[in-house]
Amino acid sequence: MVNIPSSIDDTVPAAEVEDVELYHPHSWWTTYVFSQDAKVIAIQYSMTALAIGLVALVLSWLMRLQLGFPGYFSFIDAERYYQFITMHGMIMVIYLLTALFLGGFGNYLIPLMLGARDMVFPYANMLSYWLYLLAVLVLVAGFFAPGGPTGAGWTLYPPQAVLSGTPGGQDWGIILMLTSLILFIIGFTMGGLNYVVTVLQGRARGMTLMRMPLTIWGIFTATVMALLAFPALFVASVMMLFDRLLGTSFFMPAIVEMGEQLQHGGGSPILFQHLFWFFGHPEVYIVALPAFGIVSDLISTHARKNIFGYRMMVWAIVIIGALSFIVWAHHMYVSGMNPNFGFFFATTTLIIAVPTAIKVYNWVLTLWRGDIHLTIPMLFALGFIVTFVNGGLTGLFLGNVVVDVPLSDTMFVVAHFHMVMGVAPIMVIFGAIYHWYPKITGRMLNDVMGRIHFWVTFLGAYLIFFPMHYLGLLGAPRRYYELGESAVNPPSAHDLNVFITLMALTVGAAQMLFLFNLFWSLRNGKEAGGNPWRATTLEWQTPTTPPPHGNWGKDLPVVYRWAYDYSVPGAPEDFIPQNQPNPDRISREHIS
Amino acid sequence: MHESAKTTPSPTLPRPSGLSGFASDWASDQRTFKNVSWGKAMMWIFLLSDTFIFGCFLLAYMTARMSTTVPWPNPSEVFALHIGGQDVPLILIAIMTFVLISSSGTMAMAVNYGYRRDRRKTAALMLLTALFGATFVGMQAFEWTKLISEGVRPWENPWGAPQFGSTFFMITGFHGTHVTIGVIFLLIIARKVWRGDFDTERRGFFTSRKGNYEIVEITGLYWHFVDLVWVFIFAFFYLW
Repeated sequence: MVNIPSSIDDTVPAAEVEDVELYHPHSWWTTYVFSQDAKVIAIQYSMTALAIGLVALVLSWLMRLQLGFPGYFSFIDAERYYQFITMHGMIMVIYLLTALFLGGFGNYLIPLMLGARDMVFPYANMLSYWLYLLAVLVLVAGFFAPGGPTGAGWTLYPPQAVLSGTPGGQDWGIILMLTSLILFIIGFTMGGLNYVVTVLQGRARGMTLMRMPLTIWGIFTATVMALLAFPALFVASVMMLFDRLLGTSFFMPAIVEMGEQLQHGGGSPILFQHLFWFFGHPEVYIVALPAFGIVSDLISTHARKNIFGYRMMVWAIVIIGALSFIVWAHHMYVSGMNPNFGFFFATTTLIIAVPTAIKVYNWVLTLWRGDIHLTIPMLFALGFIVTFVNGGLTGLFLGNVVVDVPLSDTMFVVAHFHMVMGVAPIMVIFGAIYHWYPKITGRMLNDVMGRIHFWVTFLGAYLIFFPMHYLGLLGAPRRYYELGESAVNPPSAHDLNVFITLMALTVGAAQMLFLFNLFWSLRNGKEAGGNPWRATTLEWQTPTTPPPHGNWGKDLPVVYRWAYDYSVPGAPEDFIPQNQPNPDRISREHIS
Repeated sequence: MHESAKTTPSPTLPRPSGLSGFASDWASDQRTFKNVSWGKAMMWIFLLSDTFIFGCFLLAYMTARMSTTVPWPNPSEVFALHIGGQDVPLILIAIMTFVLISSSGTMAMAVNYGYRRDRRKTAALMLLTALFGATFVGMQAFEWTKLISEGVRPWENPWGAPQFGSTFFMITGFHGTHVTIGVIFLLIIARKVWRGDFDTERRGFFTSRKGNYEIVEITGLYWHFVDLVWVFIFAFFYLW
């Protein structure tokens, strides 16, 4: 029995607002297609994101085929290669990771984990998805437009992004890309406002901010950041669209192309870089913070132990979010900026390592002497910690100006950000899908397929990206169609490229197994019951599984404790749900 | 009369004082901002996001203006009107600014009457606000027409840096779009007020939720924001 200081009170304040009136759909269309239910919207977001992500995966295969076997595949010419690179990057970062973490997990988990019936404005939430779908369709239209999609690289740097030498630069590619981004941002804003207001103003009785699961803290902070960072991309996209369509010169300096003086003059390409990275760096954490939050809950649940240093974890998330707005120019060390700025941005960049390291220590300390169940979500969570630490360490190289300059635009950079913002968040996405799939469908995902999926993905990711660091240190540049025989591409490096390509194909195949598992388990998975992981958070305490429209039946849940009451001494079971009253004052909340 | 949120204070819980009281109030359950409804919170956060959009536009404009190597057209000459045989600098902009700021006044009165549930006066004042807004957009259209007839284009102008035209059309156009959306929004809400939707708790066409007079204040927040943004555009674009 744990004695809790009397200052921790188990009484719960009265309800401050009346229960909401939900929109009750009358037809199949408004129930499953034009649905205002956050859970349906979440599934729509996730399926769309996975579908477009599959396109990006295939594009990465095509790129690797070119790099591993240059010249063998005649349909991959230089222009297509650049188009593949651009679309792969843009899709993965924005249309897959951002949409899946915030639109997918955000929509599903925020109302359920907070004890709400739905998002605060379900109608705007529905519009958010349909605008996202429209953005995806416009993006995909690039593949079928004359000239194909843009090949400007995912950073879309001007002036080359709107010149005729770049694929799609003077065709439809860049126009569709920018239009799609603008639509995405408008759609995201509708959803993002919903997520933020639901977290701030729509929680259950007893659900204080400091009792929210870290998943919600991560998604909430990331959404606030997205609402402040996406405007910069919006403005940059609008201005570049004008440069391309109206002949303005926001980003276009006086320039000679193919021996011809263009009508542009006086614009600043560096201005675009600043706007882009003012969005682009927070974007890294918009993807990373939900991953941090989710992985904290996965580790705590599957190690049957409260998260170590809950308050510190919350503050680390908030501080990382704030700091990430003043580090953007570390992406621009080679843009010719004042060395003093380089010093400033290197310093702020390295300061972020402090709260990030606190988080990693706390995850490890949560595992310390825990009752670790090596379930698939746990395996992916462990995989995340390893790949994230790995990618974070190479970040120390790239955050320092003097080390970054020689490594800039080499495969080392590719390896770094794929490790830290590609593989690591994807690990969490997989872990989270294995973790919450039983709640969404009522059935468990197949365990054997899951384990194969994990080990091939985890080991494969290392076999793909670890050798890339060596290629980068050797000087192999990124974004090159082919290197030929050169000092930076000796025969041994080429052999390595062949190896990486084979591994990439293998890991990609494992994702097909995962997709198959998603559909196979829908019918054939083991019945999960309401709370298969014996977890404490509210979404596992719904009256039925999958949760009904309105989530909670007649009465809203009341929260009596934090989200991490695992293995509390004196409790009959090794977990105590958040909505279980606490008359005996058994909890470990006071240690947080 | 403020009925946006029904609050039940709970006397049973001990409330810490000082800084920790401040923190625990913020972190308390159900709602972070007591007495703030969902709609109002959403509008405030949207406006914060929109601030970043206008901030980026204005910063981009300032960058262009400060780094240009050719002369920047003189705003007091470009935006002068020829009245009574002499050029009056910035006269049109002064009138536009006056109209827009007046519209904020009528909007504030509409909010006040809204909370008094005086639907006729509320609707009338909202219509007056919309009229001021439409007048502003109309004068902006006149200003655009004048500049276009003088040869100002997004890509060039007769007097100097081509970024003058591009930033002018982009920023005033984006602001004008905001005003236009505001006018449409005002007309829709004014119609609802006039019809008595918020007295009879008629349900919204799209959302099927009951509205209340608070939407007048939320519309007002947006309107005042658009007005405030204009002050910055006025200062940075016309007075610089």
